[in-house]
Amino acid sequence: MNASGRVFRYGDNIDTDVIIPARYLNTSDHKELASHCMEDIDKDFVKNVKPGDIIVGGRNFGCGSSREHAPIAIKASGISCVIASTFARIFYRNSINIGLPILECDEASREIKDGDSVSVDFSSGTIVDETTGKTYKAEPFPPFMQSLIQAGGLAEYIKENY
Amino acid sequence: MTMTEKILAAAAGEKEVHPGQLIMADLDLVLGNDITSPVAIKEFHKFGKEHVFDKSKIALVPDHFTPNKDIKAAEQCLCVRKFAKSESIKNYFEVGEVGIEHALLPEKGLVTAGDVVIGADSHTCTYGALGTFSTGVGSTDMAAGMAIGKAWFKVPSAIRFNLVGKMGPRVSGKDVILHIIGKIGVDGALYKAMEFTGPGIMNLTMDDRFTISNMAIEAGAKCGIFPVDERTLAYLKESGAKEPKIFEADPDAEYEKTIDIDLADIPPTVAYPHLPENTHPASEGKDIAIDQVVIGSCTNGRISDLRAAAEILAGKHVHEGVRCIIIPATQKIWKEAMHEGLFDIFIDAGCVVSTPTCGPCLGGYMGILAKGERCISTTNRNFVGRMGHTESEVYLASPYTAAASAVTGRITDPEDFV
Repeated sequence: MNASGRVFRYGDNIDTDVIIPARYLNTSDHKELASHCMEDIDKDFVKNVKPGDIIVGGRNFGCGSSREHAPIAIKASGISCVIASTFARIFYRNSINIGLPILECDEASREIKDGDSVSVDFSSGTIVDETTGKTYKAEPFPPFMQSLIQAGGLAEYIKENY
Repeated sequence: MTMTEKILAAAAGEKEVHPGQLIMADLDLVLGNDITSPVAIKEFHKFGKEHVFDKSKIALVPDHFTPNKDIKAAEQCLCVRKFAKSESIKNYFEVGEVGIEHALLPEKGLVTAGDVVIGADSHTCTYGALGTFSTGVGSTDMAAGMAIGKAWFKVPSAIRFNLVGKMGPRVSGKDVILHIIGKIGVDGALYKAMEFTGPGIMNLTMDDRFTISNMAIEAGAKCGIFPVDERTLAYLKESGAKEPKIFEADPDAEYEKTIDIDLADIPPTVAYPHLPENTHPASEGKDIAIDQVVIGSCTNGRISDLRAAAEILAGKHVHEGVRCIIIPATQKIWKEAMHEGLFDIFIDAGCVVSTPTCGPCLGGYMGILAKGERCISTTNRNFVGRMGHTESEVYLASPYTAAASAVTGRITDPEDFV
């Protein structure tokens, strides 16, 4: 599985309230959630995002509330992958559970710039910044999480195993 | 093993577990609210299970946008209500009985020491105060928990907080946890357990402990857990909780580090916008004028919080132009406050008292901020746009500090005030 796209870069501690503000949590409709994604921090995100694009965050990406609406909004907006130095723990599990690819890589998180073209190879964890030509290596997922991802998320995994 | 490791080992049927190990643990309770449950219910129906694993081990608490704030919220609540009915969920709480989930479940005796609890709400870590392993998850995890009664966990490493001494007057659990988050940062305990130990614990009331455990997530932690002592046991007995399962950390348990906290050194503390780690002594806030005060939430809507606010507000009036909204967290707390005469104090002081709801804490309703407005709040997050407009500001504080600030119209150290 691979991804490639243009980078939307944000800073440290991007919280779930800016990813999808609570005023829109009276719905769980994926398209509607996507239409407000990142609205409180980047009004142009929804206008500019194209299928396959990539979000690069800093430390503690997705901190705050447990709302699964946050990774859902990101995934439904067309984002193919989120790269960050670290993820907040609930966002991390939610992303794996719903099948939004995420990668932890501190160096890539610090160096990749807004608007760069980036490609990602999930099986090897390789991230290539096509704009600068630099290659990064993300931490691979433990085998259990890889099996979750391969199953297509937690629901499929449970169906197969329980 | 640490206390967290011991609880998780028992729930996974393992003799021993180690940090980093992935386990499947049996769950004692699975919780959801009106925001997260509809997503979980949709997901649950995909699992091919006819019914939930145990209808007595699920709690559905529509507390965020209730009483229904708009048509969409009403429809989400209807979805939860229908599911509760069709699955005969015992612990579904309708408006009239419902309260803020993390105040309600302990009060109803639904969690006990040694339990493993997941909740599709990040502040599920609150029950760590009772010696419970409890943690926030998303809706898919909740759905899986409802289907099979299990959840996957990566066993966390732990940071030990060695609490000594006694808090000063009008300093509370809120100041302690804000102080700790200010010290270690909003990712200072990322993926880890926060284990509170030390002789200072006996000086903390159960309400102080609930507030401290509640905000463990604001340091990124998986859980924030206290050992079980006489106070815990008395609380569990009063609430009618199941027999506690008491786990203690081994004397040689391995911690990533130990941080010493002298409770006597902690001043009334305020977290400035837009991160809970941005802490300052309340006494530095004299020049910061406020428009609104919120006293309530799963962090600080308990009876001792209302008593603290009343102690400050008795015989006083909120500052001209300041709106002070007080939200008891549950119906029981509401009644207690009413019988104690606290509502007379609040209303005479010019405050408004609301029905239990999460409402303004997450910018839902019942106190939304306009552009440029500033609120001092006993809630738990002060992110951009959390309580309303993206150019509004939230300052996090204790009920003492919030009430004192309501009277002066500026951020005020409650000690300077009395």
